[in-house]
Amino acid sequence: MTARSFRGPAVTEPPWARWLLVAVVLTILAILLVLPLAVVFIEALKRGAGVYLAALSDPDALSAVKLTMIVAAISVPLNVVFGIAAAWAVTKFRFPGKSLLTTLIDLPFSVSPVVAGLIFVLVFGARGWLGPWLRANSIEIIFAVPGIVLATTFVTLPFVARELIPLMESQGVADEEAALSLGANGWQTFWRVTLPNIRWGVLYGVLLCNARAMGEFGAVSVVSGHIRGLTNTMPLHVEILYNEYNFAASFAVASLLALLALITLFAKSALEWRYSSELAAGRGH
Amino acid sequence: MPISATVPWRKRQSVIPGFGMTLGFTLAYLSLIALIPLAVLLFRAAGMGWHDFAALAGDKRTLSAVRLSFSTALLAALVNVVIGLPTAWVLARYDFPGRRVVDAIIDLPFALPTAVAGIALTSLYAPNGWLGAGFAALGVKIAYTPLGITLALIFIGLPFMVRTVQPVIADLEPDMEEAAATLGANRGQTFSLVLLPPLLPAILTGFALAFARGMGEYGSVIFIAGNLPYVSEIAPLLIVIRLEEFNYEAATAIAAIILGVSFASLLAINVLQAWSRRSLGHDS
Repeated sequence: MTARSFRGPAVTEPPWARWLLVAVVLTILAILLVLPLAVVFIEALKRGAGVYLAALSDPDALSAVKLTMIVAAISVPLNVVFGIAAAWAVTKFRFPGKSLLTTLIDLPFSVSPVVAGLIFVLVFGARGWLGPWLRANSIEIIFAVPGIVLATTFVTLPFVARELIPLMESQGVADEEAALSLGANGWQTFWRVTLPNIRWGVLYGVLLCNARAMGEFGAVSVVSGHIRGLTNTMPLHVEILYNEYNFAASFAVASLLALLALITLFAKSALEWRYSSELAAGRGH
Repeated sequence: MPISATVPWRKRQSVIPGFGMTLGFTLAYLSLIALIPLAVLLFRAAGMGWHDFAALAGDKRTLSAVRLSFSTALLAALVNVVIGLPTAWVLARYDFPGRRVVDAIIDLPFALPTAVAGIALTSLYAPNGWLGAGFAALGVKIAYTPLGITLALIFIGLPFMVRTVQPVIADLEPDMEEAAATLGANRGQTFSLVLLPPLLPAILTGFALAFARGMGEYGSVIFIAGNLPYVSEIAPLLIVIRLEEFNYEAATAIAAIILGVSFASLLAINVLQAWSRRSLGHDS
């Protein structure tokens, strides 16, 4: 084992110390991170492939998978459009309050998931701000799909923006100015110059946004009402099955989410290795 | 922005179009999805009046839930400093087989849905679980106790610590270490006297991020917590319980406390970073 860049013996640790440190760290990570991941798949398949497949083809499980995909299919594109617009406004122009705006965009990350759900109950719930009006017009938001979409959109709001803002900041405005001076209009400049420059950054943001959208539990749990077959997402279905002591089925659904996490990590790392110069995240932000 | 002090911003026309449209959309979207709902919570908390708020916040069950969330999040963040620092060091400085895979797996707690982490940790550390059985034989109960809550929060918080400290270690210039070695310092002295001071702001930032996350964490905790009132009931769970009773006021009061603690720790990070930029004289 060597140090990553050449270092003389005086400015790195002796080999035995390096090996020892690596061994200790790997052991801790194996117990803390890898073991829980392994347990998900082992518990899911413990009763055999038949039980596993039966759990996944259960109508309630299928409807949970479907709802999770619908919610992500709405929330993720919304936050992509928002992320691109916010990054464009913040990085291409100077205006007062810019750093405040950047801070506010990050705000949902520092709000507890349960509180994220609660705020929508306070607005749309039966005893909430708009509750009486919604009931009078028989519009359902809380304990229905719109509430789940709102809560999910809230918790995943910063992902694309916070990847694109540092990236577009570092790319500057020279490419866009060149395109405009050559006669391109605003939309042409965006589609043909800006978007190709930021495509890997957008994809990176989409990956993280999607993983969280499909896996969000706390916020969605508060607004969902847990109605089987109607307002149950995959993470909520995992909880219901677990609380019914149906562990095999619970871990079976959980294994799909764990698989999604693994695919996300793999794709994210692949992007970081191949396109690090075209990502803000690849440069240690 | 040195120019902005002399030239009013409106006068500097950018040739790039779309300012009004993108900023307008950004503000409208951010307000509708995040700011207005959050403001409704704050107005509702403020509208209660100090007396009612104090009565709700001072409720015995609320106090013990908040205290439990606070203390387990604090302990977990401390453990994450102890685990996260060597992890970040090893990943930033050493090359070993499988380093890239290990580096990728650090983000697992970010990518794995919290409910999945919750049931997996519970089944591992339950008294009949793989690891829980061993601890049970030693008389230590992990799942369904505050110890289990802390464990889940260590899992959730680790990437915050590693990802904050790792790039700073990677950016440390070797000349300071070389100077220290030339002057006769051993490796331990070099680490604690030369390397640790510039790492300290990043360590504290990682600590605060992990703590703030732990204070509000729900999904990974509720399965392993046991959820016994006054013993292993975390503050976010008590919000859910109050909501199920349609007691919006109590839920709002607890939420305001959690938000206040999270925001205070994040504000502390910003103050700390501004201070470290000034005192160390560089951007890091």
